[in-house]
Parts: sequence; C-alpha cells; structure tokens
Amino acid sequence: MEQFGFFILLLDATLRVSVPLVLAAIAGLFSERSGIVDIGLEGKMLGGAFAAAAASYVCSERLAAAGLEGLLPAAAWVGLAAAVSWSVLLALLHGVASIRYHGNQIVSGVAINILMSGLTVLLGIAWFSQGGRTPQLPPGGRFRPVVWPGAEAVAEVPILGHLYSELLSGHNVLVYLAFLAVPLAFWVVYRTRFGLRLRAVGENPEAVDTAGISVAGMRYRAVIVCGALCGVAGAYLSTAQSAAFIKDMTAGKGFIALAALVFGKWRPVPTLLACLLFGFLDAVAARLQGSFDLEATTPLVRALVDAAPFVIEALPYALVVLLLAGFVGRAIAPKASGIPYVKSG
Amino acid sequence: MATADAGFGLPRWAVNGLLPLVNLVAAFAVSGIVILILGESPVEAVVALVRGAFGFREAWGYTLYYATNFIFTALAFSIAAHCGLFNIGGEGQGYIGGLGVGLACLYLDVLPFFLLVPVAIVGGALFGAAWAWVPAYLQARRGSHVVITTIMFNFIAATVMVYLLVNVLIEPGQMSPQSRDFAEHARLPAMHDMMGWLGIDFPRTPLNAAFIWALACAGLVWVYVWHTRWGYELRTVGANPDAAVYAGISPARNIVRAMVISGALAGMMGLNEVMGVNQRLLLNFTAGYGFVGIAVSLMGRNHPVGILVASLLFGALYQGGAELAFEMPRVSRELVVVIQGLVIMFVGALEFLFLPAFRPWLQKRRQAASAAAAAAEQE
Repeated sequence: MEQFGFFILLLDATLRVSVPLVLAAIAGLFSERSGIVDIGLEGKMLGGAFAAAAASYVCSERLAAAGLEGLLPAAAWVGLAAAVSWSVLLALLHGVASIRYHGNQIVSGVAINILMSGLTVLLGIAWFSQGGRTPQLPPGGRFRPVVWPGAEAVAEVPILGHLYSELLSGHNVLVYLAFLAVPLAFWVVYRTRFGLRLRAVGENPEAVDTAGISVAGMRYRAVIVCGALCGVAGAYLSTAQSAAFIKDMTAGKGFIALAALVFGKWRPVPTLLACLLFGFLDAVAARLQGSFDLEATTPLVRALVDAAPFVIEALPYALVVLLLAGFVGRAIAPKASGIPYVKSG
Repeated sequence: MATADAGFGLPRWAVNGLLPLVNLVAAFAVSGIVILILGESPVEAVVALVRGAFGFREAWGYTLYYATNFIFTALAFSIAAHCGLFNIGGEGQGYIGGLGVGLACLYLDVLPFFLLVPVAIVGGALFGAAWAWVPAYLQARRGSHVVITTIMFNFIAATVMVYLLVNVLIEPGQMSPQSRDFAEHARLPAMHDMMGWLGIDFPRTPLNAAFIWALACAGLVWVYVWHTRWGYELRTVGANPDAAVYAGISPARNIVRAMVISGALAGMMGLNEVMGVNQRLLLNFTAGYGFVGIAVSLMGRNHPVGILVASLLFGALYQGGAELAFEMPRVSRELVVVIQGLVIMFVGALEFLFLPAFRPWLQKRRQAASAAAAAAEQE
C-alpha cells in the first residue's frame, strides 16, 4: 500500500512537470507542421513566464491597495493574458522574419532565446530590484489547485479513491488545459479544414498556393497558435507551479519540448506520450538523488548509483539523437519545414 | 544559409558592408529604446559603454580577453557554415574541449611547460572535435539534422560536466564542484607577464597567450577555407551538394571534416577559459560564449577578417556592458545579452529588412556607372 502511494505521488509529479512540456511541444507542433521551424519555444516560454509574473504581481498589488482582495484571483488571469500576448508578439516577430523576409528560421529562433534570456533579467532588475526575480505573488494572485467534488470524501478509499483525490483532483486549471490541448490539437490538425491546410502548407506549399490559399496567411496563423500556447506554458511556470519569476526558470524545458516533438514524430498523441516519458524521467531523477543507503555497498555499485540521476537526466537528449539517427524508429520532419516559401513569377 | 552568395545581385560591398552596418545600427537603435524604457539616457549609456571598453588600458585587456573567446567560437561556427551546416553546438563543444584541456593540465603536468601547452591544445581540440564528430557522422551517414543533434549534445555536455565535477574531478575535501588548481607551469602565460618580459608595463587582466593563438587560428582558417583543396571541396559542398557529387567530392566526408574542425576550434575557447583564465576546471565556464560565436560569425559574414572585427565589437560590448552596469544603477549586465539577441535578429534573420529602401538607390548607381562606361566607350 505504501508503495502504491509512492507510485501515485510519482505520477502526480510527472503530471506537474510535464505540463509546460506538453504545452510547448503542442505549440511547436503547430508551427513546424506549417513549415516554420521553431527553436525559440524556450525563449517564448521564458518571456511568457516573466510577463505573467510581472503582470499578476502588479495587478494584485493594485487590487490589494484598492482594498479589493476578493478580486485577487483575477490577477492570475491578467498574468496569463499578458504572457499569451507577449509570447504571441515574439511568435509574430519570428513569423515576420521567416515568412515575410525569408530569414533563416534557426537564426531567428536563437535570437529570440537570447533576447528573452537577457530582457527578462534586465527588466526584472530594473523594475523589481530583486536580482532578476519578480516579487513573490500573494496566494490569491496565482492559479490555485481545483479540488474536484467529493475528493475529500473518497480520499481514504483504497486505490480508486487515491487515484481520484491525488492524481485527478487538486491540480490548477492550467494543468487540465494542457491535457485538453492534446485532443483538441488532434482534432484541429486531423479533423478540420484548417488542419488539412496546415499539414499541406508544411508538406507542399506550392500545392496550397495553387489551390488559392495564402501560404503566408496559414503560416502566420500557425505561429500565432504556437505563441499563445508557449505563453500559457510560461504562465504555468511562474504563476501556477511557483509564485514568482526566477532568472532562466525554463532551464531548457523548451528544448526538451522540442525533443519530445521530434520523438513524437510531429503528431499530437505520440508527442504527449514523449512529454510524459520525459516528465516521468525528470520526476524519477529528482527522487533518486540521495535516496539510497550507500554505506554497505561496493564502490562499483556506489559509482553506478551516483551516475544514475545524470544518466536519467541526459536520457531524453540521447533518445532523440538515437531516434533521429534512425536507430529507434524514424523521425521525418514535415517536408517544407525550414524552407522559406518564395512565390515564383 | 543566407550568406554573401544570396545577395540578390547586389555589389559585394553592399552585401558585406552596407547591409550588416545598417542592421547593426537598427539593433543598437532598438537597444536605445530599451534603455529609454529603463529610464536612462541612451547617449550617456553609449558614452559609458565606449569608455568602459576602451577608456583605460585595463579595459583593453578585458575587451581582448572576451574577444579571444568569440574569435574561437565564431571561427568554429563559420567553418561549419561554409559547408552549409548550422553548428549550434559550439557551447557544448567548447565545454568538452575545456575538459580535454583540463585533463591534460591535471594529469599530464609531469611534462614541462613547453610540451604541456601543445599537449593541452591538442587535448582541447580532440575533445571538442570528438563532441562534434558524433552529430557530424549522424548527419553525414544517417541524415539526422545537425541543428537538433548539436542542441541535444549541448545539454548532454552540461550533464556530463556536472557529473564529472561533482563526482570525479572534485578536489577532495572541497564543497564546491571544481578541480584542484593547476600546477604553476600548467597555465598559459598572462599578457601582463609576457609584456613584462619585454619590459612593457601592462595592467593585470585575464588576457593571455590564447589571444595570440586565436589570431593564428583565424589565419589558419583563412588559408584552409580559401587556399587549400579541402577548403574548396568544403565550400563546394556548402554551395551545392549535388554539384559537389558530380565533381567527385564526397559531401559526407566534407560534412564530417567541417564539423570536426569546427568542434576543435570551439574547444579552443575552453583553452582560453580553463588554462588561461581560471587555471582549474569548474562549472559553466563557457557562459554562453558558444552562442555569441553565432552572432559574431553572422556579423563578420563568416570571414576571418570580419570575425576579428566583430569579435572586437562584441568583446567591447561585454567589457563596456560590465562597466555600464556599474555606472547606471537601472541597467544590468544583461543589457549586453539583449543587444546580442537584437544583433542576431537584425543581422541574421532580418538580413534583408532594409533592402527595399536601398535597392532603387543601388540600381541607380549601377545604371549611372554603366551609362558612364558607355559614354566613355563612345568617345
């Protein structure tokens, strides 16, 4: 029973660390399926995280000053709106560079990542003077856990009660949003006219153009969706998972999401599974450190145990390299991705 | 890659000089707006920055020390770019290259100084090259895209280094994850010492002999890319892999060759940081220099001369930015990172943003020139 409880906690942690990965990976899916390579997921997420924390802090300050503590939950939503707007702006910058000016999409992505890693800290120090952090949000000013009806009542029921009250209930609204985004993305990409055109514009833009549909228009729409989802991922990091923005708080999550997208072969459901796998590895590695009694073991075992968290940490990156090399399956990117579309004639 | 050959039939001076300059001005203009938003005066910021970078002799030392890192990583990026490859892995290759340098200094320090220096250089180059070889091989033989694999290798490098420094190389009895200090003779001579030998007084700065090696590497890259058969093959593959195959040149072999040289050059950044400045192995000594190399190389049009100029510019930005952060309380060091991002955006991705504004003028110039030539012929 105790082991089952540990397992539930591990899955719970997996869900929580997977959320930004899922959102950013689905964001990348829209962009890359339209033919726009996006290695700027990291930067957009980071920018979004800062915008969310800064906006909801300022908003909650104002509300508190006006004596409207009851309205504090609105601050989190203001933060979310700020994160999404800022991230969409960045996505449009990437879009203009790659669609309008046929710029190198890798260069543009690198630029956005570097720009945001600098700008968030620069503005953070100038506005809040806490060394790049934003001030701690009051409890009401962030996204709070939503307790499902009856969760308390069934918490003591073995297995099913645990599952319901620990794993399903008690997350914030952005967690549910992230996991809803996957079936929604599936439906949009495979079951709507927009999705058909999206896939076509990433595989064969000439054909889309011939059909009288604007290639640029489709791609702009795709990068806007990408930006919005990255913004939600950023807001999750700074106003749901924690209660402030911290310097470089994305810490490579944008690239793990990119890896998951490649690992999921640019399809929504496999991408979700890859995100959960990488999130699970992350959760395991966090629990592995210092959890063994090493006194009684041989030096070799001790060395292996010491190395284990690092091996697990590097595993997502190594898996993606192996996948791309065709050693475990084959990942083929949308055919037109990364190539600017130049209308001939 | 959008390099000089994608110039829309413009004269070379316009593509290699005018456009980068205009884009640089645009990047600085936006940076000025950022400074205004912070509530400081952009003009005063520029004055403080230039003074901080060049205003006193010590500043020169720091500026050139930063430039040393950028020369190495930019040369690394450029040689891969000439082969049509986007090597984003300079950061990881420099990190692992530094490990190679550090291992040589830690475990081969029975060697005398004049043997240890070349051994450390070879060690750094080999480790950096090996770290680039895997993505290169996978691109050449298995078609996996070098952009994604080198990004992944950056993260793997970071994990490897944390593991090694925390568990293996840490100085016994120490809490912080770093190796012991290198022996006295296992260090690159500092510029102030070398100048001292010549009887010239130079202030104490991190600038060291690696700077001279960086200049030499720039020369070597120039010779290799433009004056050897291998360089010709490499550029041919970069310009048109299909044509290269017809000419009997193997794209696969050249991809591996370009990436291995690229990794070796990136590893030299580790030489400057590990053997020249820190004189021990520690975490995160790469500090993003691998990524700055991309900006520097784009700015310098992937040419060694351009890279030297752009490295000086970025070295000045780094040093001047540090001084600026001292003088202006509302401006922090990260301003330099912002400027860097803007430079990459404008010079790299928005390369042709201002082209429409210049095209009529350039065409008019060309027409005037040909009309003048025709008139001269008639006379």
